[in-house]
Amino acid sequence: MQILEGREVKKYFGGLAAVSNVDFHIDQGEIVGLIGPNGAGKTTLFNLMSGSLVPTSGVIRFKGEKITGLRPHQICKRGMARTFQFVKLFGNMTVLENILLGSLFGSPTGMHEVNAKRESLELLEFVGLSAMEGSLAKDLTVANQKRVEVARALATKPELLLLDEVMAGLTPTEVGSAIELIKKIGSRGITVFMIEHVMKAIMTVSDRIIVLHHGEKIAEGIPEEIATNPKVIEIYLGT
Amino acid sequence: MRRTISKKIFYLMLFSLIFILMVIMPSYVSPYTIILLNSIFMYIILTVSWALFSGPTHYLSLASAAFFGLGIYVSAILGDKLPLLVVIGLGGLISFLLALLVGLSSLRLRGMYFTIFTFGLSELIRHSVQWWEVNKTGTVGRWVVAVDHMTVYYVMLGILLITLVVAYLIRHSKYGLALLSIGESEEAAEHIGININAMKMITFAISTFFMGATGAIMATRWSYIDPSIAFNPLFSFMPVLMAIFGGVGNIFGQILGAGVLTLLADVLLTKFPYYYMLLYGMILVVVVLFLPKGLTGLKEEVKRWREGGSVNPVRKDGPRPE
Repeated sequence: MQILEGREVKKYFGGLAAVSNVDFHIDQGEIVGLIGPNGAGKTTLFNLMSGSLVPTSGVIRFKGEKITGLRPHQICKRGMARTFQFVKLFGNMTVLENILLGSLFGSPTGMHEVNAKRESLELLEFVGLSAMEGSLAKDLTVANQKRVEVARALATKPELLLLDEVMAGLTPTEVGSAIELIKKIGSRGITVFMIEHVMKAIMTVSDRIIVLHHGEKIAEGIPEEIATNPKVIEIYLGT
Repeated sequence: MRRTISKKIFYLMLFSLIFILMVIMPSYVSPYTIILLNSIFMYIILTVSWALFSGPTHYLSLASAAFFGLGIYVSAILGDKLPLLVVIGLGGLISFLLALLVGLSSLRLRGMYFTIFTFGLSELIRHSVQWWEVNKTGTVGRWVVAVDHMTVYYVMLGILLITLVVAYLIRHSKYGLALLSIGESEEAAEHIGININAMKMITFAISTFFMGATGAIMATRWSYIDPSIAFNPLFSFMPVLMAIFGGVGNIFGQILGAGVLTLLADVLLTKFPYYYMLLYGMILVVVVLFLPKGLTGLKEEVKRWREGGSVNPVRKDGPRPE
C-alpha cells in the first residue's frame, strides 16, 4: 500500500529549481533512504512533504489523500512526523516536556495529560534516555538531542517518520546505536523515509534508496543497485 | 524536614489571605492609599496580561496602549448609556475583537518586525482617533462619567483576580507549555501538531481583553480623557519594563515588578519631585544590568555571586506537567 506519493513535484525559488519534476512513492512498512550531494534538494523535498513549503506545482498524497497546501500541524495530525537537519528542540524545557508536547498535541484526537506523561516516559525509554528525563534539552549532547527529537516525533504517533540527517555529527559507535534505533522504529510498523550522508548506515538499513541530484531523481533501487550505479558513483566522486 | 502542607496549598492560602486583606482594606485606609492601590492594580493587570502572550512566545507586543485606550474610549462614549459592568465587559470584548484582527494581519511577522508593527499600530490608532474626534465629532477630549473610588477599587480588584486566575491556569496547562514551545522553536512546534497561528491569535486576544476592561474602569477615575492620554505609549512600554524588572518568566515576578515600580514611582515623585525621573531611570538601569532575570532572579544571582560564578545556566521558570 502506498503511504506517500509525489507526482511531478516541483519547487522553484525564483529561477532556481530546487526540486524539479520528482516522482516518488513510499510503500507502507518500508525504510527508504534519500541520498544525493549537498544541494540536491533533499531537505527541500522533506519540507514540501511536511508542509513547511508549498510546491510550485505537483501533488503530494499521503495515505491516498492530497496533502499539498496543508499546514504542518495538520499533516502531523494525519500521521507524518519529522526530525530536522539542525535539531530544533525546545532548549529551555526539559527532555520530558519536549516529548510530552508531541504526545499532547500530535495525535489526531489529542491526549489526556495523564496518559501523555506515561507515553512520554515510555518513549524516553525506547530511545534510551530515561536518565535524562529532567535535564534541560539544551544541555544534552548532540547525539542525545537527536534522540529526543526522534522521541518527540514518535510521540505524535506517526505512520510515516521523516528523518533528516539524523546521523550527522555522530561517532561510529553512535551511528551504530542510531541504526539499531531506526530498525526498532521500523519493527514497530512505522514507515521511515530518511535523508542521510553516512553511506554505511543507509546501505545497511534501507529497503530502497532514492537518489537526487540538482533537484532531479537520477536513480532508485535497492542498496546494491545504487552502490554500483555508475551515475550515482559519478555524482559523488566526479568523472 | 517534615512538611505538613504542600507548597501549592500554602501559596493558595497565602494568596487568599492577601486577597481577603485587599477586600476589607478600603474601610480602614485613607483615600490616597486606595487611589495608589488602584494604580498598582492597574499596572499589575497590564503587566500580567501583557506577559500572558509576550512572555512565553517572545513576541514583544508594544500595542498594549491601543487596547487599554480602546477600553477608555468605550467608557467615554458609552459610560452614560450603559451600566458600569456592561461597559467594562464591552471594553474587554472590543479589545478582544480588535486583537484578533491585529493577529490576523501580523501573523507572518517575527521578532523585531512584529514589535515595530504593534507599536506602529498603536500610534496609528491614536492618530486615527484624534483625527476622528477633531474632524467628525468636533471635540478634542471627552468627559467620562465619574465613579467613586471605592467602586473603582472593587471592580479593579475583581478584574485583577480574574486576570491572575486566567494567567495561572493557562500557564500551568498544556497550552502554557505549547506557548513556551512557540517561543523556543515555532517551526518545531508546528510540526508536532500545534496550530501556532490559532494559538498565538487567541492568546494575544485574551491578553488584550483584560487591558480593555481595565481601561474602561480607569477612565472613570480620570474623568477627562483625550487620545494622547488614552493611547499614551507609556502604557505600552511600562508593562514590558515592569515584567523585565520583576522577572518575566513567572507570574509572581510580573506582579512584583509592577507593584514595586508603581510604588517606587509614587514614593520618588513625592520625595524628590524634581529628580524623580532621573532616580527612577537609574534604578531601572541598575536592576536590569545586574539582575537580568529581574527581581525574582535575585536569589539565584546572590547564590551565583557567593559561589564565585557558576557554570550551569539557571533554569528559566516554566510550567511543569502535573
